Amino acid sequence: MFRIVEKEWLADNICRMSVEAPRLAKAAKPGQFLIVRDNERGERVPLTICDYDPQAGTVDIVIQTIGASTKEMCSYNVGDGFADVVGPLGVPSEFISKSAEELKGRRYLFIAGGVGTAPVYPQVKWLKAHGASVDVIMGAKNVSLIILEDRMKALCDNLYVCTDDGSAGFKGMVTAQAEELLTGGHAYDEAVAIGPMIMMKFVALTLKKYSLPLTVSLNTLMVDGTGMCGACRVTVGGKTRFACVEGPEFDGYVVDYDEAMRRQGMYRPQEIEEDHKCHLGLGK
Amino acid sequence: MANKIPRVPVREQDPKVRATNFDEVCYGYNMEEALLEASRCLNCKNPRCVEGCPVNVKIPQFIAKVAAGDIKGAAEVISHDSSLPSVCGRVCPQELQCEGRCVLGVKGQPVSIGKLERFVGDWSRENGVRFTECAPFNGHRIAIVGSGPASLACAGDLAKLGYQVTMFEALHKAGGVLEYGIPEFRLPKDTVVAGEIANIKAMGVRIETDTVVGQTITIDELFDTEGYEAVFIGSGAGLPRFMNIPGENLNGVFSANEFLTRNNLMKAYREDYMTPIYTGNKVAVVGGGNVAMDAARTALRLGAEVTVVYRRTEKELPARAEEVHHAKDEGIHFELLSNPVEVLGNEKGWVRGLKCIRMELGEPDESGRRSPVEIPDSYFEIECDAVIMALGTSPNPLLSRVTPGLQSDKRGRIVASEDEKTTREGVFAGGDAVTGAATVILAMGAGRKAAKSIDEYIRKF
Repeated sequence: MFRIVEKEWLADNICRMSVEAPRLAKAAKPGQFLIVRDNERGERVPLTICDYDPQAGTVDIVIQTIGASTKEMCSYNVGDGFADVVGPLGVPSEFISKSAEELKGRRYLFIAGGVGTAPVYPQVKWLKAHGASVDVIMGAKNVSLIILEDRMKALCDNLYVCTDDGSAGFKGMVTAQAEELLTGGHAYDEAVAIGPMIMMKFVALTLKKYSLPLTVSLNTLMVDGTGMCGACRVTVGGKTRFACVEGPEFDGYVVDYDEAMRRQGMYRPQEIEEDHKCHLGLGK
Repeated sequence: MANKIPRVPVREQDPKVRATNFDEVCYGYNMEEALLEASRCLNCKNPRCVEGCPVNVKIPQFIAKVAAGDIKGAAEVISHDSSLPSVCGRVCPQELQCEGRCVLGVKGQPVSIGKLERFVGDWSRENGVRFTECAPFNGHRIAIVGSGPASLACAGDLAKLGYQVTMFEALHKAGGVLEYGIPEFRLPKDTVVAGEIANIKAMGVRIETDTVVGQTITIDELFDTEGYEAVFIGSGAGLPRFMNIPGENLNGVFSANEFLTRNNLMKAYREDYMTPIYTGNKVAVVGGGNVAMDAARTALRLGAEVTVVYRRTEKELPARAEEVHHAKDEGIHFELLSNPVEVLGNEKGWVRGLKCIRMELGEPDESGRRSPVEIPDSYFEIECDAVIMALGTSPNPLLSRVTPGLQSDKRGRIVASEDEKTTREGVFAGGDAVTGAATVILAMGAGRKAAKSIDEYIRKF
């Protein structure tokens, strides 16, 4: 069992938990993810790693309640435990293999959408600790869905918040904010975008004009997360790749986002049914 | 004197009934049937069946014990060579191994060795008979990567010799392919597989699930920080292969691994589990091995109409004869001498059919197998809304990419010698990770060989 030692609601439907997983916490690197199964009958749900503390032996996960499984996970409290937490999975971000000299003064632009802010956090933390300079654009539908704002602000050089409705920060999409920065004299060496597939698609379309190298992190369907099932396959540069063992990060300009979005929805009909299944036993 | 009676038939669930449930198809022999079947064995002086067995189980000896009603004695005979009789009795391709060599098979039907082995294994479990006695702890600790057939066999043998063994399993449940791959109707989980795991635990073997060696912990760390003196890699087959034809990433195309894992390990067939699975109404399964049969028969049980597409003829189907026979009885349709060229999709990106081409068998290649060649312009379409690819696997890169000194061949399989030594000192490997996808019995044999090799290696110091 993997005990929950902290729980905090970051927004109405987004929850952060700190979970005891000593080996995982020691091995985790920026860019990697993990899989949680809440109980014996639960699904294996891939989640991003928001932070990790090798000393305390804990990892932080951020969960948005989007289906039956994630709702159930978020109903767990401090002292409860998940049946399984496995990871870190996937390949760490490429930048961790860069030397201190290469990173010093290198300018990164992160574009985070919704819960995509969570996996951006450890990347920014790592880069800042290694001398890079980092600006972050954080986008959400409205102010109530903005998460980790203070923590990110404390970490990065410049934080740009934007909301679709203007209830916080810049009114508009992250792509508009990015264009404003890029045309307004900000220069970057690299960009990383993590968020909904549709956001990453449009970030790629936008940034292409500025020939800024772009990395994206793909949250595909997965079962085992170790390369065995192939549910996570995505087309990158015309080739089928397994996001779990070859990703989750890929060159943002060659991902087939439309296919990836379609594949993400493969089990949606069943998920809706599961979500609406009466667990009180009514109607039996 | 051997009894000149015909082979005792084995009782099975009616095909019409079993096509709608996940209960075991074959009931196996009861005591009376087992004694009768055992009486057919000629107890040959020069037993060819033993040569046919990859681990050389002393077949005539164990059958003689069964015939004499000494089932415990039979179990003991088997235990010297095989640690998984209940499993192997169910999943070994006996017709190509022991039974294929049986003298009785020349003119009539061979002794039902597999069913007798299964009977002995099941009887032992049901009667609490275990051969789990271990030598006292010898002070040495061994780590095993994976918990499938190769690892279970290796762990069992090492534990008996007094080693303290820990198996690291990536998934949440131990058993490897026995748990995620082979379906319930062929290999019951709560009795047979759980029984094998319980035996291993009874020998003091520790199992750490949720630990992906290569990700959660590296082989270097197993040696340096966790104090293991040798490592056995039994990590299994790896990444599912696809055909690289157009339309393979359409919604509704799955690897057999995904489909079977959802249903077996994740219990999608049960209402009380959260796991979603998509079967569609008509399914095409591509491939002709055991995994293809398992996927086809699983889809059938989930309510689909199923066609197996295979590029050679029935004679070349690599699946066990019994599985093909069961599949046919259950109403699975076979489209032989056919090869998919494209998965067809509808406007929403979901599968609507499979475009295939007819094949014929050409000249035999170097291996003597007649390779299939396309018949020009013989395209046809199979209407379906799901396609399951059961084309084998290619090795998993997780371990080799983070383990210095561990060499793989050009196809990505871990290089190991006859005695299962890898190119890295203290690291041994066996089973599918070394051979590519093969059988439970071969993996088990490799695991046992590795255990012997590890023991020799440790004793050298």
